[in-house]
Amino acid sequence: MAQIDIRSVRKSYGKTQTLHGVDLIFPTGEFVVILGPSGCGKSTLLRMIAGLEEITAGEIAIGGTVVNRLEPRERGCAMVFQNYALYPHMSVADNIGYALKVAGVPKAERRRRIEETASIVGLSDYLERKPAALSGGQRQRVAMGRAMIREPKVFLFDEPLSNLDAKLRVSMRAEIRKLHQRLNATSVFVTHDQVEAMTLADRLVVMNKGQVEQVGQPLDIYHRPASTFVASFIGSPAMNLMDSRIEGGTVRIGGHAVRLSPAAASLEGREITVGIRPEQVRLSSNGTGVMAVADFVEELGSGRIVHAAMEGQAFAAAIGEEVRVQPGQPIAFELPAEHLHLFDRESGRRIEVEGPAASPVAAVPALALS
Amino acid sequence: MIQRTPFADALTYGLMILGFLLLIGPFVVVIAGASQSLQQVNAVPFRFMPGTHFLENASAAWTRGDLGHAMVNSLIMATLVTVGKVALSACTAFAIVFFRSPLKHLFFWTVFITLMLPLEVRVVPTYAVAADMFTPFRLLIQFLTGIEIKVEWNLLNSYAGLVLPLIATATGTFLYRQFFMTLPDELAEAARMDGSGPVRFFFDMLVPLSRTNILALTTIMFVYGWNQYLWPLLMVTDPSYKTMMMQLRALLPAENGIPDWNVTLAGSLIIMLPPVLVVAILQRWFVRGLVASEK
Repeated sequence: MAQIDIRSVRKSYGKTQTLHGVDLIFPTGEFVVILGPSGCGKSTLLRMIAGLEEITAGEIAIGGTVVNRLEPRERGCAMVFQNYALYPHMSVADNIGYALKVAGVPKAERRRRIEETASIVGLSDYLERKPAALSGGQRQRVAMGRAMIREPKVFLFDEPLSNLDAKLRVSMRAEIRKLHQRLNATSVFVTHDQVEAMTLADRLVVMNKGQVEQVGQPLDIYHRPASTFVASFIGSPAMNLMDSRIEGGTVRIGGHAVRLSPAAASLEGREITVGIRPEQVRLSSNGTGVMAVADFVEELGSGRIVHAAMEGQAFAAAIGEEVRVQPGQPIAFELPAEHLHLFDRESGRRIEVEGPAASPVAAVPALALS
Repeated sequence: MIQRTPFADALTYGLMILGFLLLIGPFVVVIAGASQSLQQVNAVPFRFMPGTHFLENASAAWTRGDLGHAMVNSLIMATLVTVGKVALSACTAFAIVFFRSPLKHLFFWTVFITLMLPLEVRVVPTYAVAADMFTPFRLLIQFLTGIEIKVEWNLLNSYAGLVLPLIATATGTFLYRQFFMTLPDELAEAARMDGSGPVRFFFDMLVPLSRTNILALTTIMFVYGWNQYLWPLLMVTDPSYKTMMMQLRALLPAENGIPDWNVTLAGSLIIMLPPVLVVAILQRWFVRGLVASEK
């Protein structure tokens, strides 16, 4: 069992730098998910842990041993690839057992361990098949079995579910999670899918443009995003972000002033970005509040999402199915102050307001409508 | 063709029949001539019907050309050339595709350019080196140190001499390279994660995966090796190293001798036999290996 320490790791290809100094600690036995848009360097980081990419600067240690100069096989990692990378000419049994064969494990023991692994991943009946004769989910299981059989200290997953259809993805997600609990190895899982990230992670790392934006527990990150990037990346539909300024303890949004908690007084006059999640926006009960014009409505079955325009900016709100909204109809929204997130407009970093983010006072009717 | 018209159909069949006749014509002459007697083969007009004398013609050719001996030599040579080419080009392509080295592209293009330098073009320098293996080194040492050394070792009249200069192959390297490049990078990475080194990866993954490629290349290269004429002619002076192609020359009737073309033709049928067999056995894979990659 091994803790992974990543210390100021950088990666450049020629002159272009793709990772700009990453510092992370993944404690033993945790399921860590690295989340980010494509091109943010998350796969590169994973491949550096695996030993498939050279480390330009910095250090990676697994279980206390610096592995920068070690070959992949000496690092005790196993990896599941996005396209599975099964050996097409080998049967399922040979695929799973290849690592043992290379390691020189005697045939009888190999057979026993292959069967044991196959039964864990539910492939006992397919041992003699070739990968071409398997379905996507089965291939995925072979890839996992192949990684498991070596009893690695560290499991690395490189977007392993993105080639599966939606339904299978959900069930494989659960299987991966179960597998992790059973094996108790440190797992690092790279994905661009925030639902996967939220559901799997003990610890979530959000990356953007070669830098770590935020590290924390999934719910923490959801409730207290550290930057506008994290705020807009986590959560579906994305958080509404609106530029504003703090004046007299209020922020003006959509021609309406929302009063903040007294603790925000020190921020008087700051240029900020205000964020609120669509599911925390409420329809105003008395017809006054933040005004927006409905553009279109997305039906989700369990509810609906209104996409509206507010002072030319897009604004989304989740509403219950009992409310009917027509496109073009003006709607008044209430923005509960305790659900507002404040970010510095320049840097995009979160501004922490003492205690509960804002007073639980709901929107105050228009104060200074001009 | 998607469109079907009687005229176009007739034209296509006409062209196909014409092509077939052009290809099969010489074989009909050889087969007919090889089985006729001396009188029949020299009769005017030539009769395209096979006769009954094939076996005696063949045995005459066999003894006159010492074909038994030449057959062994040719088989050894063609097999070694084939094995050498298939193995060497697989290794070359492996190095070019799977290893990151700064001069990789230079090496690849150097190999590729040799496509333009078949043996016939470089036969004189190749012969010079084969006749005195240490020439280049001796010149180099003399240039660097001024010391003149006398070591002589030549490959004339040996299987090594027959085979080695023919082994380097740009075609084979290119064929393997194209195939290796279709393999996903993850395959090599997965093997690395499983602990396999480059050599293991080559034998456990690449060799089994490129089976059709190997067989296709074997077919082409065996025929190539078998058909070599110029190089053995230069290398071999000792009759015990004569190859089939050289003996075909010996089977031709002498200028003022008996015009026994029936024996010559029977001999050429025997000479044709091994490559025909190899192609017939391997052609299924041959086509598959050149056309599509196995999924």
